[in-house]
Order: sequence, then C-alpha cells, then structure tokens
Amino acid sequence: MGMTITEKILAAHAGKKEVRPGDLIWAKLDIALGNDITAPIAISEFRGSGAKKVWDKDKVVLVPDHFTPNKDIMSAEQSKILRDFAKEQKLKFYFEVGEVGVEHALLPEKGIVTSGDAIIGADSHTCTYGALGAFSTGVGSTDLAAAMIGGKVWLKVPEAMKFVFNGKLPKWVSGKDLILKIIGDIGVDGALYRSMEFTGDAIRSLSMESRLSMCNMAIEAGGKNGIIEPDAITKEYLKGRSLRKPVFYSSDKDAKYVSVKEYDASKLEPMVAFPHLPSNTKPISKVGNVKIDQVVIGSCTNGRIEDMRIAAKLMKGKKVAPYLRTLIIPATQAIFKQMIKEGLMEIFINAGAAVSTPTCGPCLGGHMGILAAGERALATTNRNFVGRMGSPKAEVYLSNPAVAAASAILGRIAGPEEL
Amino acid sequence: MIFKGKVFKYRDDVNTDEIIPARYLNTSDPKELAKHTMEDIDKDFMKKMKPGDIIVGEKNFGCGSSREHAPIAIKEAGVSCVIAKSFARIFYRNSFNMGLPIIESAAAVEGINTGDSVEVDTEKGEIKNLTTGKTFRIAAYPAFMQELIKAGGLIKYVAKNK
Repeated sequence: MGMTITEKILAAHAGKKEVRPGDLIWAKLDIALGNDITAPIAISEFRGSGAKKVWDKDKVVLVPDHFTPNKDIMSAEQSKILRDFAKEQKLKFYFEVGEVGVEHALLPEKGIVTSGDAIIGADSHTCTYGALGAFSTGVGSTDLAAAMIGGKVWLKVPEAMKFVFNGKLPKWVSGKDLILKIIGDIGVDGALYRSMEFTGDAIRSLSMESRLSMCNMAIEAGGKNGIIEPDAITKEYLKGRSLRKPVFYSSDKDAKYVSVKEYDASKLEPMVAFPHLPSNTKPISKVGNVKIDQVVIGSCTNGRIEDMRIAAKLMKGKKVAPYLRTLIIPATQAIFKQMIKEGLMEIFINAGAAVSTPTCGPCLGGHMGILAAGERALATTNRNFVGRMGSPKAEVYLSNPAVAAASAILGRIAGPEEL
Repeated sequence: MIFKGKVFKYRDDVNTDEIIPARYLNTSDPKELAKHTMEDIDKDFMKKMKPGDIIVGEKNFGCGSSREHAPIAIKEAGVSCVIAKSFARIFYRNSFNMGLPIIESAAAVEGINTGDSVEVDTEKGEIKNLTTGKTFRIAAYPAFMQELIKAGGLIKYVAKNK
C-alpha cells in the first residue's frame, strides 16, 4: 500500500522503509527551533541534563521574536538567556533585533528550512513549513531540549486527512480564507493528532505566501502538520534560497486517508472568524455591522510581502477611520525593506497607519497594540481566544489582509468590494 | 500513584492562553506562573483550589499555543492531575514530558461534575468518583511511552540514548 508525503518524510527520518499511522518512531531532525518564550525553559533543561554541547550548532535555531524589542525588564532577561546560549554554543542561526523577524516568516525566507525536511519548533505555528513540502510540527520546551541534546524527536505517525480545492479562486480570496473555511467546517479539534494535506488545482495555483498562511493555521484545527506537495512554485521559491539540498516527496496514488473533503474554490468568499475560536467563521457577506477599534496586519500568518501589497493597494490614497488604530507589522526586515522600495510605507503612513519593526507583539497580547476591555480588533493573525490580544473582555476577529485593510478604512468589518 | 481531590470542571477547547495568558510569559519561573493558573477562564481558580485538586475538561483540553508554561503552571499550582475527553496534542506531549499526570477518559468526564470528590489510582488504572460511587477504567500508556517513564522522563532518556 502507498504512503502519504508525510509518511514518506517520517520514514526517511526514522531510517525505515515505511511507516504506518499509529507507529511510534524516533525521527532525526533537520532543524529544531525555539523563541524567547519557549527556549529559556529548554535551555534550562539542557543545562540540567548535564549536556555541554548542542547536537549540531547549524541546526538549532533561536529567534527572539515574541516580546522583542524587549518590552520590559523580565522579557529582556529572557532574551538574554537566548543570546548568551547562542554565543556560548556558537549557533549559526541566532537573529538579533535588527535582523530578527517573525520566526515562521524568517526561516523559509532565509532558506533555513526546505522541502523534505523534518522540523520541530517550540512554537505551535511551526507547522507553517509544510507549505514547502516538509514535515514540520510544534512541540514544547522539553521536546526542544531533548532535540538540542540528541537531534531527534519521538512522534506518533499521524493519520492523514486530504483537502482538495478545485476551480479558480475568486478575487480577494487567499490561502487564509481556505484554511479558515476548513477550520470552520471541521472545528478546532477536527484534525486532532492528524496530518492535513492540501491539494487540487486551486492549491497548485496558490502563491508561496498563501501556502505558508494556510499551513500555518493547521494547528488551529488541532492538526499535527499541514502539508502541500512541492511543485514548480515551490522549486522557484527555493531557487537560490535553500541553504541545503531540498528533497521532493509526493503522496502515492494509493496512499490512505481517513477522510477526503472536496471544495469548489470558485464558490468561496473571504472568511472572518468571530470571537472566541478560529472555527467560529462566517463568509464576509454574512458578517453584518461589526464596528472595530483596531486593525492588525502582520504575524507569521499574514505578515509577508504579498499581504502588504494587497493591503497597500486597498489603502492607497485613503485614510483609516476616525478613532481606529491600524498597525502594520512586516514579518521580516527583508519585507520591511521591500515595502520601502515599492512605496508601500508611504501609502500606509499617509493613510494614518502605524508601521512597526518585525515582532509577534500584539498577536499574542504581548505588546505593541494591546486591547482594553470592551474593545474589538480585526487581525490577520491566527487566534482569537479570550484574552489573546489583551483584556479578557476584548474581542478579536480574524481575516485575510484585504478584508483587514478595507475594514481599517471603513471602521467596521467589511469586504474590499465595499470600498 | 494515588491522587485525591475536588473537581473543577470546564468546557470544550480550554486553550493555553486561558490556562496561562501570554501577558505573564515574560518569566519561566514556575512559582510566578502558578499564581495565574486558569486566570482567563476562571479568575478565582487559585483562590478556590486546594493542593491535590483535579481539573476536568471536555474535549481538546490545552489547545492553542505550545507554551509548556501551561502544564508547568497547573502542576506548580498543586493540581494533582487533569482528566479530559481528549487533549490537544502539544499539551499532551508537554504534560507527558514534564510530568503532569493527564488522563484521557470520555466516560469519566461524563460521570464527574464540578465539586465532586475524585480519587485516581494510576497503578490500578482506575478513576473513582467518591461523591457518586462510580468507577471508570484508565487505559495504560503504550510500551514505547512507558520506556520513557522508566528512564525518568524524556530528557534523561535522550541523554542516555543519544
């Protein structure tokens, strides 16, 4: 019987000819990632174990992106733990403020992760890299510590679910909408412990940015990983970028899936997730009149150059609504520079938006745009749980960048067609 | 091991932001984290609970962020174990790896309510609701995971078997 792309990658990294769902394996890792919230605990456990050297200084990646630039003294102490460890261990990939970006935008951009890899990260959105045709999943600090010591992770081979999107995507519908549609259909635990494979001609026509957004939110359905088979778009993206030789896997025709769900992409609309779960979705046409106090365009989900271009196109020559804060956060310095080059910065600033240096910041209620009780935000981020962006009495709605930009201008959640 | 305590029962999809909000993640000190356990789903949890008490969730307990601070806070707060119909996978791994006892049992969750007194006996593989007198079975860990437990946890296992 055939194997899925996920099973093939896991088998290769476990040194086995084949693996089946339910098998418990040790997989060798290509990259292990930590950030300023999760790595301090991992580093403390690493030291506690008596280990002296990380298993491979080129494969342990530390990205202080959550509470940086340091929001307070305690965060500064956390970041310092990463910096000192990176220096001591001579890590090849540690990114200081000034070159740091949001981890899941930064690693693909720098070519640190590539097709065919097995990757863990002590951050739930590590599933993002499945867009490159890699197996990539979020874990906790102890798993990261174990990986830093031995270069491997224990995993249960997941069952796979297939999501097929055929047809041409309507204007303003992007990868973010496809994944919100799926999460709305199957729920926040609809893919619990499972692999989510996205395929069909609509997926093959998606830009790499849109694919990264889509795989990024596999975790919001409980998925272990999200994955898209590499194709010409993947190869083009990796050209001159991938620091290691990519390995291209694809699913066998007779691979086994626990479920196959098919969508007609041409019938989809931009989606909005209402508080307080990403599964609480409505198409934009059914949103009604929802007034907002803040718009955030950024994050590991939608802080890439394509997202910025879409938002700028809609905001050009317009002003954000009175008493509304609009925060634009490019996910990396390369994106920031490209925005300057293309004149997007000027568009945003003229529109009355604040543009920030890369940070996860407000997405997790860290800093740089916290909500007061009773306030409402529309964000291109990935979670809208109670208290996610500040006060537990605030509300967060999720959408793609086009809806976020249009809503910033109109002061209520609105589609780009309404501008 | 035997755990005995009063039950605090919550809904589906309790997420790690509710268990320990990100605004407190500028430290990894267990004692500091524990002060805010369950704060955004049950503001007074730390005032009401006593060491040994048990958290019960419905489905998908611990979803969302990978922060290990969530099981660390729960354990440090003195909660003896968490029982749920299902756990989000990263929370499950984290709890197993760092030693917070978690038990998956849909039947037990159906048969337990807030305020009940419950006794969990992991050796016997049994959950007993002392308030109602009902008993529920616990499934054993797979052999692969029992090896990790025997070694004294994931880190000790990996340090020995590099």
